[in-house]
Amino acid sequence: MKQIVATGQDPQLLRRLLRAKDRMDAASHEEWPVPRLAKVSGVSEAHFARSFRDAFGVPPHRYLLTRRIERAKALLRDTDWAIIDIAFQTGWNSLGTFGRVFRDITGESPSALRSREQAAHHALEQVPHCYVSAAHRPDLKIAVSEKRRRESADNGTEDETEVP
Amino acid sequence: MSQGVQVAGLYVRDQDEALSFYVEKLGFTVHTDARNGDYRWLTVQHPDQPGFQLGLFRPQAPLVDDATAANLVEAVAKGAMPPLVLAVDDCQAAYDRYRSRGVEFTQEPIARYGSVDASFRDPSGNGWKLIQAR
Repeated sequence: MKQIVATGQDPQLLRRLLRAKDRMDAASHEEWPVPRLAKVSGVSEAHFARSFRDAFGVPPHRYLLTRRIERAKALLRDTDWAIIDIAFQTGWNSLGTFGRVFRDITGESPSALRSREQAAHHALEQVPHCYVSAAHRPDLKIAVSEKRRRESADNGTEDETEVP
Repeated sequence: MSQGVQVAGLYVRDQDEALSFYVEKLGFTVHTDARNGDYRWLTVQHPDQPGFQLGLFRPQAPLVDDATAANLVEAVAKGAMPPLVLAVDDCQAAYDRYRSRGVEFTQEPIARYGSVDASFRDPSGNGWKLIQAR
């Protein structure tokens, strides 16, 4: 068999990195520190975060955040659970942090999203659940802190000075 | 059936590995395994679907250039290929059976939306949803 010269990462490494991504998908409410993920992938801790980002376009912790927010959005839409319960179910330790990160990523509060989504009509019953949730995944290309900074700059709030 | 979809294919990293997975672990049968030089046309069938073949193809020259072939294999390994769904009568039973044969599940069976579903991947990275037929 002719040997293919890969231009990017080794497919067998990518396949092992995918295993770490799959594990986060399956249990995004759990803590996924780099040593745990590196072990799943059989990659050294020093190389894991960089390899993951090269493969999937986002660092592992940010990927985990998008999965948690995605799950929270689904629970807000599909259940009548209290928001604090949803926060704990999706892996946050505090309601405050959950609400802040949720707003930073989605642009609205959990309760506002719930009211809007529940009012809208959904015809997605024929689509397998996981593909619906993938389509609803927040597309987080920049760090949450960066997104926050840009938005406040857009709003001009950073440059605001008190006028006597 | 004389009309309809006859072959749809997957890209796999290694055809021997894929063949062993789909036949020995999932219970498919080989339909065609034909070689012509470096090229290998390999299709398998689900035992209940004699009119449909699932192709297990390796992206390769001269169908695509070497760099493109490498990119495709990488895309499969990153789980970036389109969704695949395997319908079963009993999701939990299929999960137990496949898992005992070493299939890598990415989601255990969950009962929801009036059915039960689980997820697994083939060795190349193609992702399958295992859904209990309603």
